[in-house]
Amino acid sequence: MARSQYALLVALALIGVVAAFSGQYNPYFLDIAVSCGINITLAVSLNLINGYTGQFSLGHAGFMGVGAYSAAMLTTSFASSLLPLLGGQTWLLFALALLAGGLVAALAGLLVGVPSLRLKGDYLAIVTLGFGEIIRVVLQNIDAVGGPRGLIGIPGYTSLFWVYGLAAIAIYVVWAMVNSSYGRGFIAVADDEIAAEAMGIDSTRYKITAFLVGAFFAGLAGGMYAHFKQYIAPQGFGFDRSIEIVVMVILGGMGNTGGVILAAVLLTVLGEWLRQFGDLRMILYSLLIIVLMILRPQGLFTWSLPRRRAG
Amino acid sequence: MTELLQQLINGLALGAIYALIALGYTMVYGVLRFINFAHSDVFMVGAFSGYFLSRYVPHESVAGAVFVLLGSMIICAVLGVVIEKLAYRPLRGRSTLTALITAIGVSLLLQNLGQRLFGANPRSFPALFPQRQFTFEGGLVISSGQIMVFAVTLLLLFALRHIVLKTRIGTAMRALSFNPVAASLVGVNNDRVISFTFALGSALAAAGGILYATNYPSIDPLMGTLPGLKAFVAAVLGGIGNIAGAAVGGLVLGLVETTVVALGGSTYRDAVAFAVLILILLLRPNGLLGKRQAEKV
Amino acid sequence: MNTAPVRILSLLVAGVALLAGCSKSGGGSEAAADAIVIGEFASLTGKEAAFGQSSHKGTQLAIEELNAAGGLLGKPVRYVYEDNRSTPGESATIAKKLISRDKIVALLGEVASGRSLEAAPIAQASKVPMISPSSTNPKVTETGDYIFRVCFTDPFQGKLLAEFARRTLKAQKIAIFSDVAAPYSVGLAQFFREPFLAGGGQIVAEQKYTGGDKDFKAQLTAIKSLKPDAIMVPGYYTDVGLIVAQARQLGITVPLFGGDGWEAPELIQIAGSEALQGTYYSTHFSPENTDPVAQKFVAAYRARYGGETPDAMAALGYDSAMVLADAIRRAGSTESAKLRDALAATSGYAGATGATTLDANRDASKPAVIITVKDGKFQYVETIAP
Repeated sequence: MARSQYALLVALALIGVVAAFSGQYNPYFLDIAVSCGINITLAVSLNLINGYTGQFSLGHAGFMGVGAYSAAMLTTSFASSLLPLLGGQTWLLFALALLAGGLVAALAGLLVGVPSLRLKGDYLAIVTLGFGEIIRVVLQNIDAVGGPRGLIGIPGYTSLFWVYGLAAIAIYVVWAMVNSSYGRGFIAVADDEIAAEAMGIDSTRYKITAFLVGAFFAGLAGGMYAHFKQYIAPQGFGFDRSIEIVVMVILGGMGNTGGVILAAVLLTVLGEWLRQFGDLRMILYSLLIIVLMILRPQGLFTWSLPRRRAG
Repeated sequence: MTELLQQLINGLALGAIYALIALGYTMVYGVLRFINFAHSDVFMVGAFSGYFLSRYVPHESVAGAVFVLLGSMIICAVLGVVIEKLAYRPLRGRSTLTALITAIGVSLLLQNLGQRLFGANPRSFPALFPQRQFTFEGGLVISSGQIMVFAVTLLLLFALRHIVLKTRIGTAMRALSFNPVAASLVGVNNDRVISFTFALGSALAAAGGILYATNYPSIDPLMGTLPGLKAFVAAVLGGIGNIAGAAVGGLVLGLVETTVVALGGSTYRDAVAFAVLILILLLRPNGLLGKRQAEKV
Repeated sequence: MNTAPVRILSLLVAGVALLAGCSKSGGGSEAAADAIVIGEFASLTGKEAAFGQSSHKGTQLAIEELNAAGGLLGKPVRYVYEDNRSTPGESATIAKKLISRDKIVALLGEVASGRSLEAAPIAQASKVPMISPSSTNPKVTETGDYIFRVCFTDPFQGKLLAEFARRTLKAQKIAIFSDVAAPYSVGLAQFFREPFLAGGGQIVAEQKYTGGDKDFKAQLTAIKSLKPDAIMVPGYYTDVGLIVAQARQLGITVPLFGGDGWEAPELIQIAGSEALQGTYYSTHFSPENTDPVAQKFVAAYRARYGGETPDAMAALGYDSAMVLADAIRRAGSTESAKLRDALAATSGYAGATGATTLDANRDASKPAVIITVKDGKFQYVETIAP
């Protein structure tokens, strides 16, 4: 077994041990820990699209939302018909729901990725922002899932084990993809798409793959989120949320998985720590973004400047 | 038939406001290839400046209105220059995405500062210009506010065109938009021209804010987000960097949006702008009035 | 090859677990230290900050008054409040923090039903009484017996508006113009529609807008062409002001009416008193209400907040805290079950928003007043008892 796979198994085992004691932990800190885990998955999945493949996506929360709603629908409206089929095992239902969420989100990723292929830089960013907002507005208009009132009464299946287990898998998948010889293509596309094409790399295929995989994991994270907060509403998956995730990726250093993980945790905890400043919290947060981009655009945990488009 | 005409007027009036805000976006992008996300919040500051300035002038007087309009345009011009100097200038030469994120940061900062300083409660914007409704046969109504919007937008459009095409600094702006390095080689003071561009764009945003507040007299610190985004779409629709394009894009978007609402899709109103954006970028990325540009390698 | 990420992850989990383990959840009521801790969560920033800030100011005033009068049960009141940024997801975290870390005896909030619904299950599970100042969705108190509210519910208000429309406005054909983004608006429209139709009325048009929109002319034009006798706008004053103004600009002369979301002094400023002639709304509270408790509250609010006149949210925020205080006094303790029972027994409490009695569903049963605007001033029209 390769070292990386071994590491994954060890991680999962450790997570299992820690999670087993969940009942002992202070609910608030448990809450923060779960949030960290969800954010890690989100940031790592976005990192594949933004960081490694250089496709600037500002609509990632849309995929999260699609996944959240799909998963929630399965465990609420369809629970009564599905559960008996699964032998009454709620964990199986949850797994199924998460998977469904991920797949629907991946589909959304495809729908967003394909038209966006021709666009670059600013335009791509704005289009993905547009898609994210369209997803939000559409969700707001679907009365069956509660529309703007949101969906309540989602069962709380999420636990430390699920969240961190998923995060570990996400990290492993993304990292394995990028560090394979196939995966070098992602970085080539980010560096200089035209040169990559000239070398025979099908940039279209890489970009779509990035969107698909990135969206899939965002959808999984969304499903996790839905069964954690037990209430979701379209407003929670809009531009503000997308920006939060983008800031994590930038803070961590685009294309630096380790950095992104640390950044996700740091920002989640920071958000909680800033609560004591009441309404200054958002002001401080936005100042942070500005200062960060001016002083250290390569992120806190990288040592080289962000790649610029050649030429 | 009357209803159709009424909706047409509504759409054009809405579109004219988008056009006004779009002018600012398009100018800054044209010169700097940079989407100034904070433009929508400068628009908001313009409206609030007008609100506070209006306390010093009598209501419903043309002279007072002009004072308030010019006053807030100046305040926002200064704000624009300050933002550029502090937040964007240090990033010159870095990747455009870094600048984009910084702009988003500035936008968030302005919004939250606004909520802190002005409180989140909407305030009612006073009637600066004398308000009248003109009713025509069949029940068609046009308000003086809507007429003002058309008039001021046209005025500013021509003024802007004059500045860009017929003045020295306008020429410098155009030179900068073609090639910054070459421009500085021929003696253009890039920094100064860029500051001027921001000042001009911000002044236009302020004008947009005042007119918007005159027609929809409820202002709050978050009022800029949606109109700003839609105005940006309008700018792209018309061909970003193209002044006439901003006007055309604004009007078209206003009409499309009003049509969608009139057809019963009012809850999809915001999505309309984005759908338009996506369609335009896919089908005709250079906008309605833009020119095709090949990417050189 | 770099397995750093996975290693970092495992370390993180361990670290987080340590952190989590460090402060174990203290059981229930720690011998109430030297203060009574009351928690509040509100939308102090973000899209609905206008309402959150209002209700927060009312609550804050109440707590300050309580402390000035010597606190509760001989102890000072410690007030812990958090901002949920009008964002879903925050309220749940805040509730957990307030309950497990700050050890509050009761939770006040929220204005929006959605966010109340987010926090209510947590309060219920932890057996911490929660009082919502103005969430009107019936589901909020249905969450459990520890959840209360001091405002009326959508079904009650909808029914009374239907009656008012039929009886007083004599409207047979109504158009409804609701805010699709606000559960309050959708709910009120729904609970108006049923009794109104049952009473033989007709809904000729239903248009929608999204809260925060500024231009309603398209929808109003469509409504105008269907010639309703009156237009119901179950929205918030932030939008209603513009809606009424634009309706009049378009030449719509029939009455417009709505619910307590209209209640705010800014309404007259935004819409203009001319436009508001012939409009009506139901509410619990009006600054013009001559009731001494209400007047005292208005005066205190103005004094505390630089001359600002309170709106309905502020009055309800104030009452939510005062009703809690009253219950604490009656219970003689802050022990959760006793407090809950005392709250449930609240009857005829003289609040700023009227005599408040909490019924079997823990909803406030109190009369509503109908207000209209005449010559630039709010004017009382009639009272409708539950």
